[in-house]
Amino acid sequence: MADLRIDDVSMTFRLPNGGEVHALSNVSLTIRKGEIVSVLGPSGCGKTTLLNILAGFLAPTGGEVWLGNHTVRGPDRERGMVFQQGALFEWMSVRENVGFGPRMAGRPKAEIRRTVDHLLDTVGLSDFKEKAIYELSGGMQQRVALARCLANDPDVILMDEPLGALDALTREKMQGLVLDLWKETGKTVILITHSVEEALLLGERLIVMAPRPGRIHREYRLPFAEMGAGGDLRTVKRHPEFAAKREEILSMIWEMEEEIMGRAEAAE
Amino acid sequence: MTVLAIYVGLILVAWAITRFALAPLTSVDDFTRRKTVTFGDESAVRASRAASVFSVLAIFLIWGAFTGSRLTPLHAPEAWRMAPIWLPPPEAVWGRVVTIASDGYRNFTLFEHLIASIWRVVGGFLAGALLGIPLGFAMGLNGFLRGWFDPIVEFMRPVPPLALIPLVIIWFGIDEKAKIILLFLASLWIMAIAARAGVAGVKLSKVHAAYSLGASRWQVLRYVILPNALPDIFTGARVAMGVCWGTVVAAELVAAERGAGMMIMVASRFMSTDIVIMGVILIGIIGYGIDMLMRIAERKLAPWKGRG
Ligand SMILES: Nc1ncnc2c1ncn2[C@@H]1O[C@H](COP(=O)(O)OP(=O)(O)OP(=O)(O)O)[C@@H](O)[C@H]1O
Ligand SMILES: [Mg+2]
Repeated sequence: MADLRIDDVSMTFRLPNGGEVHALSNVSLTIRKGEIVSVLGPSGCGKTTLLNILAGFLAPTGGEVWLGNHTVRGPDRERGMVFQQGALFEWMSVRENVGFGPRMAGRPKAEIRRTVDHLLDTVGLSDFKEKAIYELSGGMQQRVALARCLANDPDVILMDEPLGALDALTREKMQGLVLDLWKETGKTVILITHSVEEALLLGERLIVMAPRPGRIHREYRLPFAEMGAGGDLRTVKRHPEFAAKREEILSMIWEMEEEIMGRAEAAE
Repeated sequence: MTVLAIYVGLILVAWAITRFALAPLTSVDDFTRRKTVTFGDESAVRASRAASVFSVLAIFLIWGAFTGSRLTPLHAPEAWRMAPIWLPPPEAVWGRVVTIASDGYRNFTLFEHLIASIWRVVGGFLAGALLGIPLGFAMGLNGFLRGWFDPIVEFMRPVPPLALIPLVIIWFGIDEKAKIILLFLASLWIMAIAARAGVAGVKLSKVHAAYSLGASRWQVLRYVILPNALPDIFTGARVAMGVCWGTVVAAELVAAERGAGMMIMVASRFMSTDIVIMGVILIGIIGYGIDMLMRIAERKLAPWKGRG
């Protein structure tokens, strides 16, 4: 029963020049344990801000975040984070990166070794355990980031455009990996993306956010994550319903953008 | 003028030899050689080893030719030669190296003079690093300490260490301790600024990642911020070592009982040009050697530099 409850969260940044940015305004959302949720929205609508609040890097100016029966105050191993890129530690080998969490917690060496070996097998990097981070490709680095996050056995995994810097082919492989890991581990996953296709594939629930002020615009329930887990993503993408949903969401985003543009013009 | 013309002539000869005689023997058919566009591509420019060897030879050749050296095949006309009192031939300088190495100069052997200088540099640099690195970290991590030390560091940074020599002499005299203090001051600010830059350069996402992996503040400092700052600290250390080496020689010129700088200063008073030239060459070689060692250490201890 460790649901993640976002309760009326607002975030207002005060700018040095006295102005204010309403990055989030009254966002409420409950994510069940074991759910995978994708978040989509135009640039600047507060996706990263929301994730940083969930991770505990930022304290909201209003509202609270609950995980199970306690509120979120600061970062904690119960909520793991996977960044877009550059968050691995170059001064450590692949093995040391993945074992970082357990090592900081003072777990016994033999146990860390077993965990790391197992996880690197799972993400397909068993031949690269002793390699340096800068010897790996971008896709492999993100595999390490995933494994490092899982090594801590967090309840919730937060991902901010984790596949955004990868080429199309690597990205598709990694989408499959994320789905499989989600299914195998039963973790709660929240994933931000700019790609509509990725949002459809990797969300049992898809949240579309709107900017100024940042808020939840629409919510969709989708069958594709369940279909894709352990199976073939390409088959899922060929599904007629997938194409239909993609069109629906794309036109909805276009409408939203036009509405925003219209409002901006009216304000001038 | 004549010297310059001869030098240019030697460059042309060496170039012709490297280009036409040696090229077929030494060239490798690697990736760079397959490039059709090399002009303007810095990565395609590799120092030619042969050219470097010829360059050193050319200097000795000209030096020998104009000093009537027994080692050079050609000689400048008698009228153009330098008297040994202005510029002794290479073998005279080498002879000096040998005698001073065994008999010593002004109560100390050559080795003792050089070791005295090196020891001061190492001592002063280590003291500066030992205090400067923690100082830089403190400034990078704490607002109060940053504010407190900023004016001091920013003020001391542009003051050349040479300008401190008179003050150090007034306050601490001319003994060993005074020299170490001078070099300590020379390296302190460089190391503090390098460490501060290293701390400031850490990517926020790395710090965030460490915290959400369960690291404590101390662990973030030890396992993320410290190693992340290493490349910057090494860059600072190389600069500091160079500055210290220059400063120690200058300080020894002013006042010392032994050391590389003292040796050439005293020798110049007696017009022993061979010792002065020997000193300058050795100072250059040691300075170069120190930088090489620092670079090797950097590659061993922070191999990820520039590859984050
Ligand atoms: N530290 C900050 N200070 C002031 N304003 C901020 C700060 N962080 C974010 N903002 C503002 O809050 C809004 C939301 O930013 P956020 O980074 O959450 O957007 P995003 O949805 O992640 O955008 P993107 O898709 O480009 O990553 C933006 O208008 C941004 O300028
Ligand atoms: Mg963002």
